[in-house]
Amino acid sequence: MEIKDLSWAPHPTQPKHDLRVRLGGIELQNPVIPASGCFGFGYEMNEFYPVDILGSISIKGTTLNPRFGNPLPRVAECSSGLINSVGLQNPGIDAVVSKELPKLREVFHQPIIANISGFSVEEYVECCKRITEEPQIGLIELNVSCPNVHGGGMSFGTDPEVLAGLVERVKEVSTVPLFVKLTPNVTDIVAMAEAALKGGADGLCLINTLLGMRFDLKTGKPIIANVMGGFSGPAIFPVALRMVYQVRQAFADVPIIGCGGVSSASDVREMMLAGANAVEIGSANLTNPYACRDIIKDLQEEGLGLLQTI
Amino acid sequence: MDIRRKLRIEENRKVSSRTWFLRLRGDLTGLTRAGQFVNIGIPGKYLRRPISVSRYFTGEKELHLLYNVAGEGTEILSEMREGEELDVLIGLGNGFSISSGIRHPLLLGGGIGAAPLVQLAVELMENGIVPQVVVGYNTKDESWGLEEQLRDLGIACHVATVDGSEGTKGFVTDAIKAKGLQFDYFYACGPMPMLKSLSGLPEPGEMSLESRMGCGFGACMCCSLETLTGSKRICKEGPVFKKEELIWK
Repeated sequence: MEIKDLSWAPHPTQPKHDLRVRLGGIELQNPVIPASGCFGFGYEMNEFYPVDILGSISIKGTTLNPRFGNPLPRVAECSSGLINSVGLQNPGIDAVVSKELPKLREVFHQPIIANISGFSVEEYVECCKRITEEPQIGLIELNVSCPNVHGGGMSFGTDPEVLAGLVERVKEVSTVPLFVKLTPNVTDIVAMAEAALKGGADGLCLINTLLGMRFDLKTGKPIIANVMGGFSGPAIFPVALRMVYQVRQAFADVPIIGCGGVSSASDVREMMLAGANAVEIGSANLTNPYACRDIIKDLQEEGLGLLQTI
Repeated sequence: MDIRRKLRIEENRKVSSRTWFLRLRGDLTGLTRAGQFVNIGIPGKYLRRPISVSRYFTGEKELHLLYNVAGEGTEILSEMREGEELDVLIGLGNGFSISSGIRHPLLLGGGIGAAPLVQLAVELMENGIVPQVVVGYNTKDESWGLEEQLRDLGIACHVATVDGSEGTKGFVTDAIKAKGLQFDYFYACGPMPMLKSLSGLPEPGEMSLESRMGCGFGACMCCSLETLTGSKRICKEGPVFKKEELIWK
């Protein structure tokens, strides 16, 4: 019997498209990253699909001390999105390093993004110090949407000078590329990007959630116990896209993670067209636990579009 | 295992003044215990709606749910018709535990919250345990068929109504006293004020909690609960908690 020579045929499991991207000096196997707060510490989601297929994972925002977070309800439905006010619930940096990261490293072998938060400059610095040298930490992502307790409760990410000062201090102790996750709740996103870069940021992630609220018409009271919360989901995608575009126009070479309402492979392509080097996916994980897996599959089939990978 | 399924609507009808009965068909593997819930995608709504499983038949691929029309999402659901498909995450949450030491359990439900008691009663019976049941309503018009379903299983159900239109006038706790019910363990599901009042019972038990949820599978921390055994997610470590774990303020 004649045996056909099939050596020329592509391996059946090999994806059609190479999705590798470079981000702030590290290489990711693809640009798809679950956003902080929508994916736990990553390993919990391994029951749904092997999380090792992801480009990276931005883990749950971590503070120096454990936080229970805000009272319930913490979530409200919106047209094409949701408002959350979880309030940075997390077990504290030491527990993340000793308990959560080892569990994640068992199932995930790609660079990890450590998302850190603080209510003072000192807290951010201390958080960064305690996690930056842990194995597999590829980037530090600074969440600057928290209120500064020493600055009258104003968010670190809304005052250019405060932001630059914070980034400068954290940069001194960071041993991996330092990214700043910008809040969209500002008049001029480019000014905030500039401030972060002036402080020494190696890259930017934008955008975080938009401040919003809903009322319950039956009670006449806000649905969210904490009154206001962060609005996210497909509704904010055009805002995110616009801000990524503006920052990319202003800074041609800065590594950018685009984030905000991305829910499909075509959204990923659009975000990259606007100027993102990689993309974080948040809310979509909450309505479909398989969202990132499905997007990666589609990207492998369809490619990143006009964009060049590595 | 992929827990996201397309389930076909077989029946969707109003069964009381505010409650709809929804019968779905499809692959239910992954649904393992009474007290678990499903999270239903509603066309045109962003977040899914978590709904307790009232009864399920894995072999027959049939799922029974009850829901109140309480807002826009459930309003849309109530308008869906037989033959339409729903996008459902199935088998969520821990469910009730049936430990070997239980001999005389009492099942306590409030309104639509009592829905999971049907499957729980079935599973107790399969373990050779015949439960007693008390259900409370504001008024008898809210009764959605629990009493009949339990009667078909051979289980008597005591009713309490706040307005006295049926059974004992008052709450489920009043019915327990009025009927002099004896039990060694209780299972409760219903509104928070009812669960709070049951927390004072001397008998051990467990309670199923409700909450607005973001995801329903433990990713977002939108339904966290402080307990005596640490912070828990109602959707993941719950919705069923031991009475002893819960903190009432």
